[in-house]
Amino acid sequence: MTTTTEAPLREPAVVSTEWRPRIIAFLCNWCSYTGADLAGISRIQWDPSVNIVRVMCSGRMDPTFVAKAFSMGADGVIISGCHPGDCHYQEGNYKTLRRFHLLKRLVEGFGIDGERLKLVWVSASEGDEWAATANEMAAKIRALGPLEVSS
Amino acid sequence: MSKPKLALYWAASCGGCEIAVLDIKEKILDVDAFFDVVFWPVAVDFKVKDVEAMEDGEIDLCLFNGAVRTSDNDYMAHLLRRKSKLLVAFGSCACEGCIPALSNTTTKTATLDWVFADSPSTVNPDRVMPQTVTETPVGTIELPEFWETVKSLEQVTDVDYYVPGCPPQAHQIWGVLEAVIDILENDKPLPPKGTVLGAGDKTCCDECPRERQEKKIKGFKRIHEVMPDPDQCLLDQGIVCMGPATRSGCGGLCVAVGVPCRGCYGPAPNSKDQGTKMVAALASVIDSDDPEEIERILDGIVDPVGTFYRFSMAHATLGKVVVGTPDSSGNGGES
Ligand code: SF4
Ligand code: SF4
Ligand code: SF4
Ligand code: FES
Repeated sequence: MTTTTEAPLREPAVVSTEWRPRIIAFLCNWCSYTGADLAGISRIQWDPSVNIVRVMCSGRMDPTFVAKAFSMGADGVIISGCHPGDCHYQEGNYKTLRRFHLLKRLVEGFGIDGERLKLVWVSASEGDEWAATANEMAAKIRALGPLEVSS
Repeated sequence: MSKPKLALYWAASCGGCEIAVLDIKEKILDVDAFFDVVFWPVAVDFKVKDVEAMEDGEIDLCLFNGAVRTSDNDYMAHLLRRKSKLLVAFGSCACEGCIPALSNTTTKTATLDWVFADSPSTVNPDRVMPQTVTETPVGTIELPEFWETVKSLEQVTDVDYYVPGCPPQAHQIWGVLEAVIDILENDKPLPPKGTVLGAGDKTCCDECPRERQEKKIKGFKRIHEVMPDPDQCLLDQGIVCMGPATRSGCGGLCVAVGVPCRGCYGPAPNSKDQGTKMVAALASVIDSDDPEEIERILDGIVDPVGTFYRFSMAHATLGKVVVGTPDSSGNGGES
């Protein structure tokens, strides 16, 4: 199962030198990943700078994963889970919600713009919403510019 | 047979780790009987040039405390590494940066400005700042270079073992020294390189005498605002306690007397980042599913970065992200 864009490969007319952000999206297996998959199947395009990592539940998202993503060069991070009440494991997304709010404060405490970390709820039927979320985030990160990482 | 050689050194250190070694009391005589103390600036009059004159690997054991924040600290770290068979990061500063590394949230310039010019107790109208080289009528004076970032010992050189704690507790220090003596005396195998010595392999909560019921809370309180129940877990009472994110080893020293753990024994085993671990631990006690209420509850946690990384800022994962010049409050800021 693949969820990234499945558009046929085309030779780009001009090789773009424009900076492309690196956005890591952690998607829960049961809703958001399936939603993103639906977007793929429905051939809805979304910004290729968003790279998906599938986790079983958004509640599996250890805050360390987010910190690690930023420290390895991510310019933005999306966490996406099932809508409140819909988590496959009942409570996982509420746990994520509480972690997210504190994690965002931590991220901001390190001087990183809080807009670079986003939490969304995307259901298995919301392919459009997923694409819109990805595009919005990509546009926001393009506006904010790159984050640098020291060795 | 000549005695094994022991060195102790302090880099960017408060001196507490040095005193902690003396806290082993009369056992220090056993240490002196077994080892030949070849370098210990706080107690014995050997100079750096004496160390420089030694053969590589001549020192059997070096306990290195303090973080690395100047070119001189760095020089000594490399020198002692070369001269020592076993180099131990001793204490939180050497292990993960500790209090000195809190200045990694700001810049070198901001730190120097505050210390040498702007703090209320300082009068320095000409803003005279320390220089690495100063010419004077009697000759050239040199000072070490002050670094932009504070580093732990392992971030500048190869470390064999770690003894955490700010400072390490006396019974743990003696335990480590006793074990080393036993190993050297009886030719026993060394523990695997990288082992954390003088500490436990659980979290501070496991040593805590308080009863933890994993209660959910509606608000955080600071320790001076409440009289905590003497037997209940502090976190259950809404007091931020670093116990769940901190390695065991101290015996629950602070929590036993009603003060929350501040995290001085460093990250818990199997975790490298004390702060993100603490985010998970604190989020799990919040009693709300409502974003606004969660925010209100979180307002009760003052300075999450400084609190969660009070002892391990040099190893904070997010500390690797370079952001623009900090604002005047000393916090980093992107814009
Ligand atoms: S670890 Fe603590 S006691 Fe030891 S030098 Fe650092 S601040 Fe002082
Ligand atoms: S959170 Fe603090 S008070 Fe509670 S059990 Fe852990 S160490 Fe003890
Ligand atoms: S309770 Fe925490 S802060 Fe206090 S000595 Fe133990 S590890 Fe350090
Ligand atoms: S399974 Fe989707 S958030 Fe838990």
